[in-house]
Amino acid sequence: MLTLDPAAIHAQLRSRFGDAVGELVGQGGDASATVPPDRILEIATFCKTDPGLAFDCLSNLSGVDYPKRSAIQIVYHLYSYPNRHRFVLKVDAARDNPVVQSIAGVWAHAEWQEREVFDLLGVDFPGHPDLRRLLMPEDWPGHPLRKDFVEPEEYHGISTSRESLLKA
Amino acid sequence: MSLGGFEVDIERQVNGGLVTEDMTLSMGPQHPSTHGVLRFVVRADGEIMKEAIPDIGYLHRSIEKIAEKVGWHGFMPYTDRVDYVAAMPCNQGWAMAAEKVGGIEVPKRGEYCRVLAVEFNRIQSHLLSVGSMAMDIGASTPFTHAIREREYINDLLEELCGARLTFNYMRIGGVAWDLPPGWKEKALAYVERFEPLIDEYNALISYNKIYTERLANVAVVTPADAVDYNLVGPNLRGSGIKFDVRRHEPYSVYPELDFEIPVGRGEVGTLGDCFDRYIVRMVEMKECCRIIRQCLKQIPAGPVIAKVPRNYKPPAGDAYVRIESARGDMGWYVVSDGTSFPYRCKIRTGSFSAISIIQKLSRNLMIADLIAVIASLDLVAPEIDR
Repeated sequence: MLTLDPAAIHAQLRSRFGDAVGELVGQGGDASATVPPDRILEIATFCKTDPGLAFDCLSNLSGVDYPKRSAIQIVYHLYSYPNRHRFVLKVDAARDNPVVQSIAGVWAHAEWQEREVFDLLGVDFPGHPDLRRLLMPEDWPGHPLRKDFVEPEEYHGISTSRESLLKA
Repeated sequence: MSLGGFEVDIERQVNGGLVTEDMTLSMGPQHPSTHGVLRFVVRADGEIMKEAIPDIGYLHRSIEKIAEKVGWHGFMPYTDRVDYVAAMPCNQGWAMAAEKVGGIEVPKRGEYCRVLAVEFNRIQSHLLSVGSMAMDIGASTPFTHAIREREYINDLLEELCGARLTFNYMRIGGVAWDLPPGWKEKALAYVERFEPLIDEYNALISYNKIYTERLANVAVVTPADAVDYNLVGPNLRGSGIKFDVRRHEPYSVYPELDFEIPVGRGEVGTLGDCFDRYIVRMVEMKECCRIIRQCLKQIPAGPVIAKVPRNYKPPAGDAYVRIESARGDMGWYVVSDGTSFPYRCKIRTGSFSAISIIQKLSRNLMIADLIAVIASLDLVAPEIDR
């Protein structure tokens, strides 16, 4: 067991992928580096297979909408059971056409997580084996976790709002 | 060929076997053994499943979106609804995430109150899990025993916070109320009473021949698969991986407490089968009792909540917090933009990981075994959908 600190993990990624791996931001378990959306697959594969890093577990995958800088960020929380260290990778995808390589082939857990992000934030993951909506109905308009999402007034004739019962 | 007066055409294959057709069944959404509202599309050849494809979203309440609308303090009652069977750990996860991003220290007594509440909730959740598992398999008596014991814990937690299911007990910075007078004695009395009952429960059902036959060697999860699908908690430990967030990524006052981490050993079948996941929960309840005893002994005097502004505005930044809920490692990723509303809150739950492995596990299982698989993975449907 060789627990690495985030700086050492970042240095390893830098030496392998050069400037594709961004600066180290933050401290401790939340230290992260940004990588390009079309390199994440090889970087993730390296993180999992490199014996020193040995990130065998994708602990979490989240999508965050940042309309101000017109990006949707995918955040990967990696964890290594053998080495007990963690690292965070972040990917910024263009908001008007977000495309991020799928890593479902690297960690099986990513398959459902990416489906959820596709469903709620509308990010396309090329290479995903079965990219369908996960939580919302198939014919739901839009992606609810986007900041500018407006709830439709009705769904198949069912109103989504009602008048207040408390009259002023 | 004539069967009871009906003419039946039977085609024969070249090799002499009967031609059969796959049957597609919809199981759920309101099926008693699915532990909430979720659906499986089962493709089966007779009694043998080729695949069971989970269909979720029936309980999706957009809790993560609600977080962005109700503010840091206001989100606490909603976290109860993420996993209502074990709401205390959800409270704790949210509180810890908000505290981490804002750099708030919780007083020692507050941490002990949290651990006491969470460990009682863990017993309560495991009781429901093992009880309903026995009932799903067809033994209804153990369920009544488990639920009886669970009621006492509900009473204790009700005295603590006024609610029996959705507690809203914790606050950012600590807990809402200190232990009421006489609560420690009642809690200890309950633990004294409950601990021997675990052995009784084991004698009643755990090693019953019919029960073990139904669980042994069914839906074996290899350690590699468990990690690949990010199974957590008892499901992960059932596959023999000794990992517990409370021990290996310590938080709160767990470093001061002594407890064992039970793992599956393939006792009656193969390592990682349904029985292993079940028995890990049974042993864990004993360990919870141990933790509770230590907490009751060690709990220091002092305040239970830190001073936190009413209009809480943690500095911009993000934090990821992992806690050991009853269903295992629960991940809370929060982003703050410096305002009184969380910018984003993502909750990664144990049941979400667990249900994603079912499609793989279900291949070549009997339909009746799907029930055992769902129960052994301890799925709580609202926790999947959030």
